[in-house]
Amino acid sequence: MTALPLRIVPCLDVRDGRVVKGVSFQGLRDQGDPAALAAAYEEQGADEVVVLDVSATPEGRATRLDVVRAVRAALSVPLTVGGGVGRVEDASLLLEAGADKVAANTAAVRRSGLLSELAARFGAQCVVVAIDAARSATAALGSSATAATSATSAAPATSATSAASAAPAGSAASPASTASPASAAPASPASSGYEVVVRSGAERTGIDAVAWAVQAAAAGVGEVLLTSFDRDGTKRGYDLELLRQMRAAVSVPIVASGGADSPEHMAQAARAGADAALAASIFHEGKWTVAGVKEALREMGVTVRLDGVGGEAP
Amino acid sequence: MRESAVAVVRTGTANLASVGTALQRLGCRVEFVADADAVVRAERLVLPGVGAFAAAREAVVAQGLEDALRERIAQGRPTLGICLGMQLMALGSEEAPGVPGLGALDAVAQRFGDGQRVPQMGWNRVVPSDRCRIVPAGFAYFANSFRLTAGVGADGAPGGWTPAWSDYGGPFLAAVERGVVVGCQFHPELSGAYGRALLAQWLAA
Repeated sequence: MTALPLRIVPCLDVRDGRVVKGVSFQGLRDQGDPAALAAAYEEQGADEVVVLDVSATPEGRATRLDVVRAVRAALSVPLTVGGGVGRVEDASLLLEAGADKVAANTAAVRRSGLLSELAARFGAQCVVVAIDAARSATAALGSSATAATSATSAAPATSATSAASAAPAGSAASPASTASPASAAPASPASSGYEVVVRSGAERTGIDAVAWAVQAAAAGVGEVLLTSFDRDGTKRGYDLELLRQMRAAVSVPIVASGGADSPEHMAQAARAGADAALAASIFHEGKWTVAGVKEALREMGVTVRLDGVGGEAP
Repeated sequence: MRESAVAVVRTGTANLASVGTALQRLGCRVEFVADADAVVRAERLVLPGVGAFAAAREAVVAQGLEDALRERIAQGRPTLGICLGMQLMALGSEEAPGVPGLGALDAVAQRFGDGQRVPQMGWNRVVPSDRCRIVPAGFAYFANSFRLTAGVGADGAPGGWTPAWSDYGGPFLAAVERGVVVGCQFHPELSGAYGRALLAQWLAA
């Protein structure tokens, strides 16, 4: 098998047109202009940029096409855009504005047909399933055999109600949230010990995260953007067990997300089977540049793309 | 740089914004076209394409572009096929058995083998033949499940074309050029400095 260089992917969480940084998807704070940041990251050697729109309001959402246009104008590497992709038309608008790939999350869980519709219309290479995965509560207690009980239809409905006010940043709370929760995806037993969480973590679905990825791949998606909800914002590194299980289950590329704080974490993700390592705060806070991360990775024996024209393989 | 006029064919599903902005950054005047006259008239033409082979080919036929494209390529007028646009230049694709391509490239697109992560999504090394004039060496961004492997001409390339190769579970055609007619399996518009260099070479050729 030929493996491509590990992609290093800065992620811009954008709300109301500005970049913010999330800690476990809560407590967002302003981090600046998306287009300027994207251009800076390309200059540093970013292999791709992800923009996740976390606007809570329709007004905020309306700015996202402007954000995509501005980032596209500044960026000549691939751009993936997620957040509020609930219909084929949403994806169509984002692609017209300059996205190269669109990531669907909550809406795809609500209605699994969305992914096959997107893949049929735009092609696999255009469609990413964003999966936020958390260790199942039961698994965390060491009784994973009973994890399937969390998949009853009553559980997500309850959490959706109770969490509605606690998590205003829910990235795809409407209009799909009015539909019956998690009805489209299979309520398979949580054999991996990880379950899908949606609405920015406000709702645990009881759906097995790995089984969901397998289903998404079968529906034609070309990539899995896999975020560990438990690790996100913790700086403790990616959830390697989650990555290993996902790698064993799907043959589409996997983007590791959630918890990165060092090149070592990214090297671990690569060894666990990730094709790309996504990170936000490590770059936004200036702790590392993309170039610095890549140089460190190369020294650790991880293949990365170091430059463009005529570049020597590391 | 002299301002070039570049026509970009609307194939229906392609993400045209990336192609358009990449060319504009190089000082081009970009026009999106969908009729045979424009394809014939265009000084320089880009045939982009993402998505399914059959749908893209159907779009080309429905818009009456097939003969105009074939003629342009046969006449050696400046034409750049990108990704599926390159595959459309070939005889056909395993993805859509029986659906013919433009037939300018004597090869058939085939899916990457089992054991590879598919789609190929990321940056791969492009190794141009010594005779390539437009395609440089370096890393380019690919997003494809199908690719052209080999033809019967010199260098194992389709006859009459100069190849650039990449490797993903075995060698495949990263690009081909014949004068100023170029097909790229990768996306120059998404390949940063590498892509800018390629597009600038094509615009200057």
